[in-house]
Amino acid sequence: MPDPFLSIAGLNAHYGDFQALYDVSMRVDAGEVVAVIGANGAGKTTLLRSISGLLRNTPGEIRWRGAPIGGLRADQIAGRGIAMVPEGRLLFASLSVEENLVIGGQSGRKGPWTLARVYALFPVLKERRNQASSSLSGGQQQMVAIGRALMSNPDLVLMDEISLGLAPVIIRQIYEALPGIVGEGLTAVIVEQDISKALSVSGRVYCLQEGRVSLAGQSDTASREDISRAYFGI
Amino acid sequence: MDWLNAIIQGVLLGGLYALFAAGLSLIFGVMRLVNIAHGDLIVLSAYLALTVTTALGLGPLLALVIVVPGMGLIGYTLQRAILNRTMGDDLLPPLLVTFGLSVIIQNALLIGYTADPQNLQAGAIEVASVAVGSIALGVMPLIVFGTAVVVIAGLQWMFYHTAIGRAFRATSDRQDVAQLMGLNRAHIFGLAMGLSLAVTALAGVFLGIRTSFDPAAGSARLIFGFEAVIIGGLGNLWGTLAGGVILGVAQTLGAKINPGYQILAGHIVFLTILAIRPRGLFPRIDG
Amino acid sequence: MTRMHVTRRTRLSTAALILMLPVLIALIAAPWWAGRADLRLMGEIALYMSLATLWNLLAGYAGLVSVGQQAYVGLGGYLFFALTMLAGIDPYAALPLAMLAGAVIAAPVAVLIFRLRGAYFAIGTWVMAEVFRLTFAQVSSLGGGSGTSLSASIVRGMADGRSGREAVAWWLALGAAVLVIGAVVLFLRSRQGVALTAIRDNELAARSLGIDIWRTKFIVYVVVGALTTLIGCLIFLQKLRISPDAAFSVNDWTAFVIFIVVIGGIGTIEGPIVGTLVFFALRETMADLGTLYLIALGLVAIVIMLKAPRGLWGFFRDRYNIEIFPLSRRVTGLTSKGS
Repeated sequence: MPDPFLSIAGLNAHYGDFQALYDVSMRVDAGEVVAVIGANGAGKTTLLRSISGLLRNTPGEIRWRGAPIGGLRADQIAGRGIAMVPEGRLLFASLSVEENLVIGGQSGRKGPWTLARVYALFPVLKERRNQASSSLSGGQQQMVAIGRALMSNPDLVLMDEISLGLAPVIIRQIYEALPGIVGEGLTAVIVEQDISKALSVSGRVYCLQEGRVSLAGQSDTASREDISRAYFGI
Repeated sequence: MDWLNAIIQGVLLGGLYALFAAGLSLIFGVMRLVNIAHGDLIVLSAYLALTVTTALGLGPLLALVIVVPGMGLIGYTLQRAILNRTMGDDLLPPLLVTFGLSVIIQNALLIGYTADPQNLQAGAIEVASVAVGSIALGVMPLIVFGTAVVVIAGLQWMFYHTAIGRAFRATSDRQDVAQLMGLNRAHIFGLAMGLSLAVTALAGVFLGIRTSFDPAAGSARLIFGFEAVIIGGLGNLWGTLAGGVILGVAQTLGAKINPGYQILAGHIVFLTILAIRPRGLFPRIDG
Repeated sequence: MTRMHVTRRTRLSTAALILMLPVLIALIAAPWWAGRADLRLMGEIALYMSLATLWNLLAGYAGLVSVGQQAYVGLGGYLFFALTMLAGIDPYAALPLAMLAGAVIAAPVAVLIFRLRGAYFAIGTWVMAEVFRLTFAQVSSLGGGSGTSLSASIVRGMADGRSGREAVAWWLALGAAVLVIGAVVLFLRSRQGVALTAIRDNELAARSLGIDIWRTKFIVYVVVGALTTLIGCLIFLQKLRISPDAAFSVNDWTAFVIFIVVIGGIGTIEGPIVGTLVFFALRETMADLGTLYLIALGLVAIVIMLKAPRGLWGFFRDRYNIEIFPLSRRVTGLTSKGS
């Protein structure tokens, strides 16, 4: 069995005095799409923030391609090939659509993703390339956020609740574009509250409940019952 | 005609004030930091230029070649060594640390150069003038005003057409997410401060040529720069130029009425604008 | 089930308060046991302690970081000189009058500068102080730009004999310090005071609780302005001479005060008191170093702000959980196995 791309062992995350994650362990192998589900406040975003470096941890708890990254700065981790689509899009309001995408490529990593390719994936963005990013609809902003993350040609992309606040038809549109993103072997960790979407797009699933891993299984064989129990902690 | 002359001189003076303010405006825009030592750093630049001109026998305008990058380096180092540690949500640490810096700089200058007023000698250009109709425009004030316009235009261009400008704007919008793009926040802030002090160096040298300066001169410069920024509106560099001009005109008109009223007139105009247009004339962001 | 009480007192705070009474009596008796120079120094300490306590209330509790309080110090000095010398008012009556005038002036000033936030507010307060300075420099009946002295008749009218006048000056300073510190403690224990601490800790949450932030800050600013004006009267009563530069000096009335509070500990009552004592201990031992002393102060303030932002008292308070002035409420009666 090859070494995991991303391995997390015994991660404990804190916000000041408040502990958000307790002894979380998981692994992601190259080319996989792993879903992380859980109720609000379960710790999903904390998990992604820890991986991306926005929340610092003890160095040994998170390993990326064998090297410990817990103590690194977020910009250093971005340089090593981990990109994040943050919850709530969080686009740069002072930048146009195109500038948001271009700055995604700031770290200068080489790879298949270019501005042209992002526009091919999301044609509507090309029409609005010079508009202020804040003037776009929610779904379009999500596309920009995803494109921005792809522009850094990452080896691992973290997606935090990309369906949040979007109309169902838009959500479907975005998820339909997902195979085009991960199809090339890009590894992804997808955090979702929408369980069916999460399972449909992933190979394996972890469930978090009050900061702990309550379920780890295959997306196609996990039973509704097991998931409900793990989700709600009943 | 006298009044027209006063207004024109005020506009040109505004160019100098805009240079005082541009550095202040820049770092507030990028980092939401207000540097209380800003005025003292302007004066420090003037003293640096004094040392360079004395030691190397260069004119002060030539000394800019050394002083501007020198102050830029000082700014970068200052930000990364000390000020980055104060960045955060609490407004007390940066305020008090820069206040402490202000006291240190003033007194260090006092020890190094004594309290005697100093001057930068630029030679004949200081008194040269150009006649436009019946009004004599000083060459030096014209150069200063022109420089202010060029600097602000240059900064605007940088902000909107270069990668570093993009990085500044992104960091100003969302520090955290900017890091996800691979931008090292500490470095970006350092660059912003370095750029701010480079502009400040220009301001300091021009100040030193125009009038005499002493270690305690920084407070007044900080206040003028601050007034220009507030009058013009936060987050708008061209607004800062307008603010500088308005302040300059207010002061020269006040001086026309009575020389002792010059600075007070500026304060009163500032307070009036604060009263009726609290966000300034052309605001882009909120304080 | 054990009874739980909410109380403010701790053993230490009760002990300290009991000790304060004999200390206060000894201080009141100072004119009889302290030498002339020592009495002057103690007066200076009392006045600086008052300024520091007031600045701390403004910045550390109300979040209004002002670098312009010298406006009110100078205002107090000039008002006292004007009321006694130009209006012929009895000096003892001039003090509360000046204080009232300080409040009346602070109100519109607040309305104006409250439009600014954060560090811009700070510089705005500085601009106001400069406006005061430049304005008073125009008043020729008070000496214009070079200032004036307090006429001998006024000074003699306050008490008989030189030692009598020095005792009065001391008692006024001591009284002012007790008034200021007492007022601040009582205020912080009141509902307004708790509201203030809530605002300081989380403005949004405080607002959602219905606390009127603007009004609370406004009241604090005006009261601090009034009391600072009073201290200003006493400072220049001691100095016997006033000039615009001395009255509105940023160094003397703001830089030193800020350093005192930062070193002692912002946001605690004990902090400014501790800070003042440390500051004067340093000053008396380092007096000859002049400019170097100021640089050292600046360095110490920066280091403390970066390394121990809660100051000397804050450090001890956090470490050993002590408090002398009973401000925080504690729950007693909890057993160790949880309630």
